[in-house]
Amino acid sequence: MARYSAFSIFRNALSGQKSWQRAWRAAEPKPSYDVIVIGGGGHGLATAFYLAENHGIRNVAVIEKGYVGGGNVGRNTTVIRSNYLLDGNTQFYEFSMKLWEGMSRALNFNVMFSQRGQLVTAHSADQLDGFSHRANIMRLNGIDADILDREEVRRLVPYLDFSDTARFPIHGAIFQGRAGTARHDAVAWGYARAADGHGVDIIQNCEVTGFVRDGERIVGVETTKGRIGAGKVGLAVAGHTSILGAKAGLELPIESHVLQAFVTEPLKPLVDHVVAYGADHFYVSQSDKGGLVFGGNLDGYNSYAQRGNLGVVREVAEAAIALMPCISRIRLLRHWGGVMDMTPDASPIICPTAIDGLYLNGGWCYGGFKATPASGWCFAHTIATGKPHPLIAAYGLDRFRTGRTLDEAGVGPSAWLQ
Amino acid sequence: MNAQNQRLPGGGRIDRSHPIEFSFDGRKLAGYRGDTLASALLANGVTLVGRSFKYHRPRGILSAGPEEPNALVTLGSGGRREPNLPATTLELGDGMVVETQNRWPSLAFDVQSLNGLFGPFLSAGFYYKTFMGPTRRAWMFYEHFIRKAAGLGRAGTDPDPARYEVRHAFADVAIIGSGPAGLSAARAAAAAGARVALIEQDFLLGGQLLAERSDGIAAAWLNEVEAELKGLETVTLMKRTSAFGVYDGNVLGLAAQREPLDTRSTGEARQTVTMLRAHSVVFATGAIERPMVFSNNDRPGVMLASAARTYLNRFAVLPGKKIIVAAANDAAWRTAFDLAEAGAEVTVADLRAAPPPALAAEAGRLGVAVRTATRIVDLRGGHAVRRATLSGPGGQSETACDLVCMSGGWSPTVHLTSHLGIKPRYRDDIDGFVPGIFPASWSGAGAMMGAYATADTIEDGHRAGIEAASFCGKSAPVSAPPKLDLGETVTAPLRDVPSAHRGKAFVDFQMDVTTKDIELAHREGYESVEHLKRYTTLGMGTDQGKTSNFAALAAMAGLRGATVPETGTTTFRPPFTPVAIGALAGRATGHHFKPFRRTPMHDWHQANGADMLEVGLWMRPWFYRQSGADVNEAYVAEMRTVRQAAGLMDISTLGKIDVQGPDAAIFLDRVYANGFAKLPVGRARYGVMLRDDGIVFDDGTTTRLAESRFFMTTSTAKAADVLSRLEFLLDTAWPDLRVAVTSVSDEWAAMSIAGPQSRAILAAEFPSLDVSDAALPHMGLLEGEWEGRALRILRLSYSGERAYELYVGATAGAQLWNRLLEAGDPFGLKPYGVEALGALRVEKGHVAGPEIDGRTTLDDLGLGRIAGKRSGFVGDVLRRRPALLAPARERLVGLECIEDGKRLRGGAILFLPGEKAHGHGRGRVTSVTFSPERGHYVGLALLAGDMAAEGNEVVAVYPMKAETVRARIVAPVFLDPQGERLHG
Amino acid sequence: MLRIECPCCGPRDHDEFRYGGDASVTRPAHDDPDPEAWYAYVYVRKNPAGLHREFWQHVIGCRQWLVVERDTRNHVISSVAFARTSQA
Repeated sequence: MARYSAFSIFRNALSGQKSWQRAWRAAEPKPSYDVIVIGGGGHGLATAFYLAENHGIRNVAVIEKGYVGGGNVGRNTTVIRSNYLLDGNTQFYEFSMKLWEGMSRALNFNVMFSQRGQLVTAHSADQLDGFSHRANIMRLNGIDADILDREEVRRLVPYLDFSDTARFPIHGAIFQGRAGTARHDAVAWGYARAADGHGVDIIQNCEVTGFVRDGERIVGVETTKGRIGAGKVGLAVAGHTSILGAKAGLELPIESHVLQAFVTEPLKPLVDHVVAYGADHFYVSQSDKGGLVFGGNLDGYNSYAQRGNLGVVREVAEAAIALMPCISRIRLLRHWGGVMDMTPDASPIICPTAIDGLYLNGGWCYGGFKATPASGWCFAHTIATGKPHPLIAAYGLDRFRTGRTLDEAGVGPSAWLQ
Repeated sequence: MNAQNQRLPGGGRIDRSHPIEFSFDGRKLAGYRGDTLASALLANGVTLVGRSFKYHRPRGILSAGPEEPNALVTLGSGGRREPNLPATTLELGDGMVVETQNRWPSLAFDVQSLNGLFGPFLSAGFYYKTFMGPTRRAWMFYEHFIRKAAGLGRAGTDPDPARYEVRHAFADVAIIGSGPAGLSAARAAAAAGARVALIEQDFLLGGQLLAERSDGIAAAWLNEVEAELKGLETVTLMKRTSAFGVYDGNVLGLAAQREPLDTRSTGEARQTVTMLRAHSVVFATGAIERPMVFSNNDRPGVMLASAARTYLNRFAVLPGKKIIVAAANDAAWRTAFDLAEAGAEVTVADLRAAPPPALAAEAGRLGVAVRTATRIVDLRGGHAVRRATLSGPGGQSETACDLVCMSGGWSPTVHLTSHLGIKPRYRDDIDGFVPGIFPASWSGAGAMMGAYATADTIEDGHRAGIEAASFCGKSAPVSAPPKLDLGETVTAPLRDVPSAHRGKAFVDFQMDVTTKDIELAHREGYESVEHLKRYTTLGMGTDQGKTSNFAALAAMAGLRGATVPETGTTTFRPPFTPVAIGALAGRATGHHFKPFRRTPMHDWHQANGADMLEVGLWMRPWFYRQSGADVNEAYVAEMRTVRQAAGLMDISTLGKIDVQGPDAAIFLDRVYANGFAKLPVGRARYGVMLRDDGIVFDDGTTTRLAESRFFMTTSTAKAADVLSRLEFLLDTAWPDLRVAVTSVSDEWAAMSIAGPQSRAILAAEFPSLDVSDAALPHMGLLEGEWEGRALRILRLSYSGERAYELYVGATAGAQLWNRLLEAGDPFGLKPYGVEALGALRVEKGHVAGPEIDGRTTLDDLGLGRIAGKRSGFVGDVLRRRPALLAPARERLVGLECIEDGKRLRGGAILFLPGEKAHGHGRGRVTSVTFSPERGHYVGLALLAGDMAAEGNEVVAVYPMKAETVRARIVAPVFLDPQGERLHG
Repeated sequence: MLRIECPCCGPRDHDEFRYGGDASVTRPAHDDPDPEAWYAYVYVRKNPAGLHREFWQHVIGCRQWLVVERDTRNHVISSVAFARTSQA
């Protein structure tokens, strides 16, 4: 695989861009693999890469129903942060943050990880106290965190509503300087190219239709391109975990819900950080191309349709204006929906399953993008060794039976009934 | 003031009696009512209007509609600043101040146009391949410059002074598009008896008919049908209204602009978003002309053929004198003929070897030169085209020109129909995509279904209108539509297969995507349509690739050796045209955004020095200024008042639920962790509800008013959730229980009077009621009347003092509040706020929100005893899961600060003495208060059960303030553990 | 907007309703002591891509809990009934 560099760009510029190679091969399935990863999204591709890179397992196929990166890795709002409160989450997301910090160079693909900082506004003394609790935990776990007062927030993001008429006056904020954004498609492509460089077959337009069993053990998959044997199978199809899981006989504590994302027309730089509104569901950053990228809350009912409803669009717009009145005349360019695996405690599930040979990675709710590298790293470890990586010890499926749930927001299962 | 040199003396749909002045980059220009900004600029001979995104290439006006990729401008300044508006849809208004964008220092001389020279280095996706060193954070350095170069217009930073509205509307039949198909559909649907909404983004009805001569048969037809529709009460004509999205439930998102020249509407909303619910929808959205792809096809002076015809016939602007019309089918010839008739020197270059003889004959009559089997291969000219290189049977030749009109055929405007996931379908005979299979409530008509001849679109619209009305059950007889035959011949365009281009040949003008970028994407394997889009940024501009999509697909198909449908089609996302965020927010801004809730005593609090705090949208007194200068001083003073005399607190925000029915007691026994069946009439009980998963859900008190009637209170935050949950259980799980529940939260004002003097005050105010301890014991109920209204007094305490909750009809709340304060004045009664309330409960060891955080169990909170050995209540089984019973689980303890002058803080992390402060610690402080009784800070904490022995020391660490405080573990009650003060 | 035909109030936008999730799971009897039954009821979901029986409450209206049958792929609603009288 030819390395990417300023020099390779220079050389190609002079030669009419003729010597670039495919970023990854157009692979067709072999009869069998040591490991098959189902799902060519960020997590699946990262898993394949780390299987090869960390564990020397290179006879690996990633099987993707559509095209790689076509699911949530290419639909999200690209926020990366490690500001988690609960033991089990804190360390995992910080590990992920560290992998992000070295990702472009590790993959030789610029994923444009931009550590521009994320702040969440607080609108009362109580809320700021709550943020301080979180910041305390972060600091005690070696993660950067700051609490800002109103004036400090104003200096950082003067375009927010600091007027006397603000509906929810800004009291302060929690700030993580190392948080930021990345170019989401590049993450999928970068992992795909790097995995391919290790010999991983990336098989697109190939849908898994069933599992092949030998007794209780899973030994392969049936696909639209025929039967493919596998020593082990990893499932990384967040959004559709229930559907694939059902084919394998797994009954899961997961519901699929739609989360919408939004982008405005491209603008000259306005929003230099990731800003989240502590008074409502709204968060925003500005892409390098100039669009304000933002999101809000779930549409609120089970859905596999990658589209949202207009009511939520309006709610998000209302919150946007409440926080940033100056964008009233900025125009929404596009909005779309991604299908999320929602778990009862809003934390992910990564673990071996009760079915021999089958490993599960799903339930990412709306936090999967930032977890991509650590998820791949830990899932690869779990598949390679058969045992959960210590960083994902809290993400087992059995936690709902034992009661050891990991509920950051404290809303519980069936949040709509609370 | 420039003369409008390109304006023709007559014709068009502009009002020459109404001149309009505007400024363009500081130049004063003039146009007429009926102009768009684009037509006015062209009338003034302005051809350079913008700069492209990446290479900053000079750009002009390509189109005459919302598909415009090039001519984007910024309107206004300050809070009215509005970037990225297409000049082609901007209705000209008096005094408009227009700025060009994405250029520095000026439009004509733009430093970043040098980017063009580096074009070979700026190939698609180049940024994925570099900027990765020398350090890990190198990208942050490069990004700074890349961000500055990117973006188009600049946003303002001031709030927008304008008003917006969101409204709701209903129709039997919504028709999108008012071209001949839409008009005909509207006419038919209305005649059939349906209520019709006809939606048109333009400020005139007519669609493509507006490109026809304003004095011809098309105009006559348009006038006749428009007049007919205007005369119908059942038809709503919605001009200046863009249907931006189609949502589930046949809900259309519409965005309407106020008419800029209508002074009567100045005070009205600038833009209105309408959510239109329609029984059926007719899509008559027309088609968008495709550009041709050749070197330097982006130069100012290159225009879509239909746009040139629109500027000529609708706006009376002749956009060029020496014109080349590049055609691939018959349609573009009509542009050539009209331009020639208007006096231009016109050459048609048709890709086809043998265009129809009738066209050639007409060309001969009008003096139009014709070159067949000829394509444009290159253009020269910087800020305006000067020469074109044509390649035909006789080889290549250069021709001077000042305008190039091109037509690569048409793409049906299927965007809206794909918002709900309906994949477009390729039609070979028109070489384009039409919509896929519609649901029964939808119809399509006209060009968007691939019917291009006007006579056909009218017939098609007529059929669709009847169909749509019939779907709504309206099928009165309908007369045939008036006929209009413009004699167009319809042929599929000949698709050009261009070879290598000498210069940049643009596929997506706005995003600067060239054929070379598509080749590169293909070479690197980004060959699925979605990869192509994402890798090259094709279609990611403000125009959403309306003019580029098909050409890109065709190019990729060519490279892959596949057909267009094999190569795929992209999914179009809403909105069809961009919508202002302010318009979507409508009036829900400022204090109309999540309006806060006021209690009946709100005005009193405000008038009497209360510092208000918002709690779950309720405004509550935080503390009263009369108690102290700041919250810390005030809450301690208010605590003292309660402990020493009496305090009055507004608790109207509590959720209140009336529970009635023969099985009410059984019901409460199941929903509460503690029992209620044996609660005597006239007595109240504290209760805790669990979630199904065994975690504590909410707490409150419930009082038995009668054998089968209870009065429940909930926390302020959970009021709505608790009610819905009770209703859920009754409707779905236990429909056999004869119980009804009703919210009475808003019916009752409520206040709590607490403190040793409270009984005396009640006795003074209610001389006719017996408030003695015998008549009204702790947890007792007294129902009476006050001023002719129902009054409930519950003897309940949250603070640990003798206390009473008083409930009275909401409208009398303020009156009772005042009267109690008057009556209590001699006893030292003062109001207190939520800060003091919170402090009083901490001192007494009652749990609240910080402890009931959605992760704690009854046992965690030290409340296990209230459930005792009961079973059969909600959450009982899952609360016994092993991890929830683990001895090391965090549980509630009290903490006493043992370092003088230091304070405990909520959110501090607890460690053992001598232990390194790292990780998640052994627990955390949840709530604190200064205890006037103890003279130091006390708090509640959740601490690992195996560490929680009373008397032990812990260290509370608060890194955000670099504080470390030693504290002693004590029982979580700091005052009157025996509860004697309840009776004091 | 989903449009839900409330049997009491007529067709209304879904944002007048509160979503109540999967209606196909069986709630154990209130005194059922079996943890597995409660685990399955509280946590396990079929989560179909297709027809989904689900609860909605018309909170800004008649406050009735309803059982709605809806296709999760395209949001087409095929039936709506009062939950009290439509137990599976």
